[in-house]
Amino acid sequence: MSKVELNKETGPREVFCGLTSIVWLHRRMPDAFFLVVGSRTCAHLIQSAAGVMIFAEPRFGTAILEEKDLAGLADAHEELDRVVNDLISRRPEIKTLFLVGSCPSEVIKLDLATVADKLNKRFLGQVRFVNYSGSGIETTFTQGEDGALKALVPLMESTDDEKLLLVGTLANNVEDRFKKIFNQIGINNVESFPPRQSTELPKIGKNTKVLLTQPYLSDTIRDLKHRGCKIIYAPFPLGVEGSTKWFLAGADAFKINELKVHEVIAPLANRARQALEKHTEILRGKKLFLLPESQLEISLARFLHNECGMELIEVGTPYLNKDLMDEELNLLPDNTKIVEGQHVEKQLDRVRASSPDLVVCGMGLANPLEAEGISTKWSIEMVFSPIHGIDQAADLAGLFSRPLKRNQILTSKTLATH
Amino acid sequence: MELTLWTYEGPPHVGAMRVASSMKDIHYVLHAPQGDTYADLLFTMIERRGQRPPVTYTTFQARDLGGDTAELVKRNITEAVERFKPKTLLVGESCTAELIQDQPGALAKGMGFDIPIVNLELPAYSKKENWGASETFYQIIRTLLKDKVNQIDKINPQRWKSLGRRPKVNILGPTLLGFRCRDDVIEIQRILSEQGIDTNVVAPLGSSPKDIERLTDADINVCLYQEIAEISCEWLKRNCGMEYTTTIPIGIKNTINFIHEVHEKLDLPLTNKGELEHKSKLPWYSKSVDSNYLTGKRVFIFGDGTHAIAAAKIAKDELGFEVVGLGTYSREMARQVRSAAKDLNIEALITNSYLEVEDAMKKAAPELVLGTQMERHSAKRLGIPCSVISTPMHVQDVPARYSPQMGWEGANVIFDDWVHPLMMGLEEHLIDMFKHDFEFVDGHQSHLGHTATKVKDHINSKGKEGNKNKEVIMWTESGRAELTKVPFFVRGKVKTNTEKYAISKGIPEISDETLYDAKAFYS
Ligand code: SF4
Ligand code: SF4
Repeated sequence: MSKVELNKETGPREVFCGLTSIVWLHRRMPDAFFLVVGSRTCAHLIQSAAGVMIFAEPRFGTAILEEKDLAGLADAHEELDRVVNDLISRRPEIKTLFLVGSCPSEVIKLDLATVADKLNKRFLGQVRFVNYSGSGIETTFTQGEDGALKALVPLMESTDDEKLLLVGTLANNVEDRFKKIFNQIGINNVESFPPRQSTELPKIGKNTKVLLTQPYLSDTIRDLKHRGCKIIYAPFPLGVEGSTKWFLAGADAFKINELKVHEVIAPLANRARQALEKHTEILRGKKLFLLPESQLEISLARFLHNECGMELIEVGTPYLNKDLMDEELNLLPDNTKIVEGQHVEKQLDRVRASSPDLVVCGMGLANPLEAEGISTKWSIEMVFSPIHGIDQAADLAGLFSRPLKRNQILTSKTLATH
Repeated sequence: MELTLWTYEGPPHVGAMRVASSMKDIHYVLHAPQGDTYADLLFTMIERRGQRPPVTYTTFQARDLGGDTAELVKRNITEAVERFKPKTLLVGESCTAELIQDQPGALAKGMGFDIPIVNLELPAYSKKENWGASETFYQIIRTLLKDKVNQIDKINPQRWKSLGRRPKVNILGPTLLGFRCRDDVIEIQRILSEQGIDTNVVAPLGSSPKDIERLTDADINVCLYQEIAEISCEWLKRNCGMEYTTTIPIGIKNTINFIHEVHEKLDLPLTNKGELEHKSKLPWYSKSVDSNYLTGKRVFIFGDGTHAIAAAKIAKDELGFEVVGLGTYSREMARQVRSAAKDLNIEALITNSYLEVEDAMKKAAPELVLGTQMERHSAKRLGIPCSVISTPMHVQDVPARYSPQMGWEGANVIFDDWVHPLMMGLEEHLIDMFKHDFEFVDGHQSHLGHTATKVKDHINSKGKEGNKNKEVIMWTESGRAELTKVPFFVRGKVKTNTEKYAISKGIPEISDETLYDAKAFYS
């Protein structure tokens, strides 16, 4: 293990809560609906996070708690029943309905599990109800996906068939690419979780080998393990290096010779490295500061340092699962400063003091930092863009080189008025 | 419990943030979980602000709940005061903190700071954003002026004469994230100064606690946005006799009325009455022959109270439209909107549900929608042109150019903003003259490109609805063919009218002839 420097920090944060994951989960599973049981704040959050109203009739909504719901929990259950009924008669195409807990529903101890049980009996054969929490007192940003997937695990049927299961939401084209490459390597039974239809959950069992595509799925992995699945630990498939090691780890679990993997991957890797070059030219030697938001920060830092030559000032992460991240931490240069948690003000002080060339941060901070003359990249773009895999390495690097390139184009000279 | 897919207003603490962020030397400590920090991006993204809102979130987590969250609040307050050195501190809570009852405002007051502390109690489960903004502004004024108003005499709006200075007014109500507020203020200040009237304080936008303390130096208040400033204006009137204006200067007529009202209140003679008619291009543009096609255009209006009421007036009196729908999500202004609707012989739609608005819009079959970001989507789906006149808005409704809604320039902007979507890149009389030209085949229209496909959906869905109503109306081949020749922007209306006609006449099948019969019948 490399000797990275692990720090913890507490204080005011500037991150999204787990509800935000709904915004990409609902696109992955178009037959599902996400009903947040929460406050007007929760409704406003997903609306704002969803690119400020891109979808005219979205597959998510909020049952907003009102004063009378707080007074008596029994009534809240009835009210929720009513809302669900309305929703299902309006949207008969819904196959899975996620009841998503929020801070207010957790604090008043609204028991969504019981509600889901009851509804499951009533709508048997028509709609399936699952519940999880995306609350900001329990989860940050991407952890909501962990909750949603974990909630689906008990619904997965058992099988002893040998298979490779890719876990974590992927863009469809990336998923297709991964499957094709695994087929070429010689692994044919490859499935994805979450699937493209909420009702087509893969079967799992003791011969299921799990390869994670996202680093933020700790709880899901634990439950898959309990169901007998074998977890393959690997770096995450970001960049050429990460993806290659990820494919190798998958192949190894199926006892496939390393040479076979290299044979399939080498041409792709060569092509990707070439494509990367024009971005590395811009990124090499530039100082990078990652503020905590998506939990992808450590993998991104590894890619941007190892493959793009960036210098790491600080790598923030809202939460660190050392087991899952061990392989990634090993690939980081010695003495990399990792900070788990956040005190946003102190962190911004450090940002300013270190005069970075690029800061990865949440949307609330981006423009203010730009106004201070510091280039930024939004974390949220990483969870919305297809960035996984060898073929996407250059696109991923492009997300970071673009702001810097823009700085080169729009200099104080070009913008000068006299 | 209320089911929402999209909401017109955020929670009340977002309203408070709008006021706090609009001001200088103020800091807001908000007892809230980490996810509530999303609200920052409304300011930094939608408004493209280069500063973070002056808000410290306590970001408590589940593991804090068993322990001492009150300590956490105090720690954050101390840190915020040390770091930001505000002149006034706002302390409040978001929906989740309200449930755990730490009472951060009371805690802050007991901490011995020598700055004014405003304790914001904004009930998150019954109130919304505009109410929160209004209450916050009011509490700031009350806290900072309480002692002062007890000591001063009733303010006579004509006192400027005896004081030997120009009349002075406050402009109250503009905030960040308000619809074009920044530019409205500039426009109104310019109009007032042309009349020899000075602006004492603009608030909340751009003001500091020091400015709030000198509100009483003005002779009257201009209440620019009732949603935000009416309660404060009322309080100033009750406590120190300050008069305030009630006319909202949106549109030519109302801008003139506003100027009259200000002069009357100040007892200042209006010397340039005749000039006022010519200050904006709207009246002439509206009268020019090119605007003939605007005659009787059917418009549907929905937005916040202030902008919806103003839009209805302009639409009817200044552009010659027919208002076929008027509504608001601002329940606080329901009464005024209802009475505006009554004047137009329609019923006001007061609702929080954008789906209800969409339904009403569909029924009214307007040719233009004036609404919010939500109506922009609904209108797009229905293939109707739309212009945004109110929050909630999209980043594109915060333009870089000077673009007020109020005053003379506001009227110019409104003319352009409303009429351009109707023209769709071509003047409508030309479309009429050349409608058989290949250029006018579906899919060749300019920026409403989506309409091409949408119109088909529209026709199909209308057909389905017809079936549901058990009024089974068939379109024959010839009828269908003729319908596709109707320009896409009126097709929906023609179709509905023809079907209505067919039903009323008991005609089961609509042929091309039926269509022409209906046309003759309605024209
Ligand atoms: S559809 Fe139009 S209004 Fe909606 S997000 Fe896209 S550009 Fe903005
Ligand atoms: S942090 Fe909690 S209250 Fe706030 S939006 Fe997220 S779930 Fe809702």
